[in-house]
Amino acid sequence: MNIVVCLKQVPKKDSILRIAAAQKWIDDRDISYEMSEADAYALEEALRQKEKHGGEVIVISLGPERVRQSIKEALAKGADRAIHLHDSIFDSAVDAAAVARLLAAALKDEKYDLIFTGLQSDDYGFAQVGLILAETLGLASATIVMEVQPQEGSVRVKRELESGWFQWVKLPMPALLTIQSGINQLRYATLKGIMAAKKKEIREVKAADVGLTADDLKPAQVIERAYLPEKTKRTEFIEGKPAEAAAKLIEKLRFDARVI
Amino acid sequence: MSQGILLFIEQRDGVLNRTSFEAMVAAQSIAESTGEKLSAIVVGKAIAAVASDVASRKLERVYTVEDDKLAEYTPDGYVEALKQTIEKLDPRFVILSHTYQVRDFAPKLAAALGKTFVTDCVGFRVEDGDVVFTRQIFQGKISTDVRVNGNPPIFASFQAGAYRADKAESAESPAEITALDVNMSGVEIRAQSEPKFQEAKQAVDLSQAPLIVAVGRGIKSQENIEMVQKLAEAMGAEIAASRPICDNEWLPMDRQIGSSGQTVSPKLYLAVGISGAIQHVVGMKNSQTIVAINKDAEAPIFDIADYGIVGDLFDIVPALTAEINKVKGSS
Repeated sequence: MNIVVCLKQVPKKDSILRIAAAQKWIDDRDISYEMSEADAYALEEALRQKEKHGGEVIVISLGPERVRQSIKEALAKGADRAIHLHDSIFDSAVDAAAVARLLAAALKDEKYDLIFTGLQSDDYGFAQVGLILAETLGLASATIVMEVQPQEGSVRVKRELESGWFQWVKLPMPALLTIQSGINQLRYATLKGIMAAKKKEIREVKAADVGLTADDLKPAQVIERAYLPEKTKRTEFIEGKPAEAAAKLIEKLRFDARVI
Repeated sequence: MSQGILLFIEQRDGVLNRTSFEAMVAAQSIAESTGEKLSAIVVGKAIAAVASDVASRKLERVYTVEDDKLAEYTPDGYVEALKQTIEKLDPRFVILSHTYQVRDFAPKLAAALGKTFVTDCVGFRVEDGDVVFTRQIFQGKISTDVRVNGNPPIFASFQAGAYRADKAESAESPAEITALDVNMSGVEIRAQSEPKFQEAKQAVDLSQAPLIVAVGRGIKSQENIEMVQKLAEAMGAEIAASRPICDNEWLPMDRQIGSSGQTVSPKLYLAVGISGAIQHVVGMKNSQTIVAINKDAEAPIFDIADYGIVGDLFDIVPALTAEINKVKGSS
């Protein structure tokens, strides 16, 4: 069983985010990057399925040179090979439809039974790329998946619904699944894995290879302005040493808010 | 020319999803600001009661689409039925609530029509007749105003809790209900769904707890949970958690607050090491008093907190426990 995993690299979770002077995006000068969390779970699930059922795990990622770091991490964890969509023309592909179009073009000649994506990325959080990709490739799909059971020619998946409800759904393969964070326990790359990864193929895909120009990738959605959210409440910040702050807070909760 | 606003109403087994009324508030407001007329659409089987409930609200018309293949929700059925309907009605906007069901089919629907879809919006403004949507990125840490260049209809979904369902305006006389025909004969439904279920261990009902101490990723490791448990015990509060804590099995799943867990509104919600990702916030933001303890002064949890302490939770939590015990001892 062959599984393609779509990986996105995003700013690290604990990054302090500041708005860039142009007010269109964050100031990314001092930012370090990592695999988007849900994508890391998608990769882990693909590796576990491969260990059970055999086959190949192919990771695909779009982005500049730095993305190679996350690709190598995926290969070190056990993915077999990688596709890196790497071309400055791709920089304009910032909405979900443009990204999905690039992924679809790069996967044109691949043979796969399943495609996994994370349920949404930690940066834009569109929650769309996987489904647009599925629609473009004509695949059945299921979202927010918490368990994957491949069967003969089909796959049975546990979908998370809202408020603690779940549902099993059976889909014919090939199918696209968006994977929920927490579906499994993530592994670390081993030293052996890191060494083995050095020999694994990373295929670079350029604009000419997918026959798309900057015009084709023009986003239909543009961030006009990025800014820090307006507060809905005025927070009263309590300062001082831990014991002092604790005493002040408890007093406020007892006598101002009167909730304890 | 494309005109009007079409609001998607979500129902399951003939029961309306209340978040559709939240999206209706957004849609009514867009209608008012743009002068576009608002209609709603209900898709399914045996949906007359849902349609007439919706028709009591302030809108032009309610469309219904019924077919055996729509009795149960499937992405294939919904995409095809709505695609045909939208092609027929040619609206300028399609408005939805950003639910798990919408997330499951609407991106495919918009893609099938070659249209753009602005997801998970929290607001909008109208500028020169265009709607500019507000959506948050980096899990609520940054807001953006998004302008759409694509052709209509523009799809937009609104986040749960962005608007209040009880603000949906009612009408003096009910809107007309119009049944639309779709041709579903050639549609292959690829997904076979089994009945929905809840995991057996839903032992704790946190919605009744007056005091909740909730712990998040900032706690770093399982051994440290005990420190927060001690604080909860001292306060006589229930302990709860954000999703990563339950995913790691540091606390059981039935302690999880948020879109995939429980929704609570206690007198006091004390959030320890919780950054305030939107998936968590939707489950607790209606709490009467919210206290946040976090090392990052810019964590989104402080946007909704009444009281905040910026600092190291490993110092502050034991200090709080000691203070509570001191106060209890003296009273």
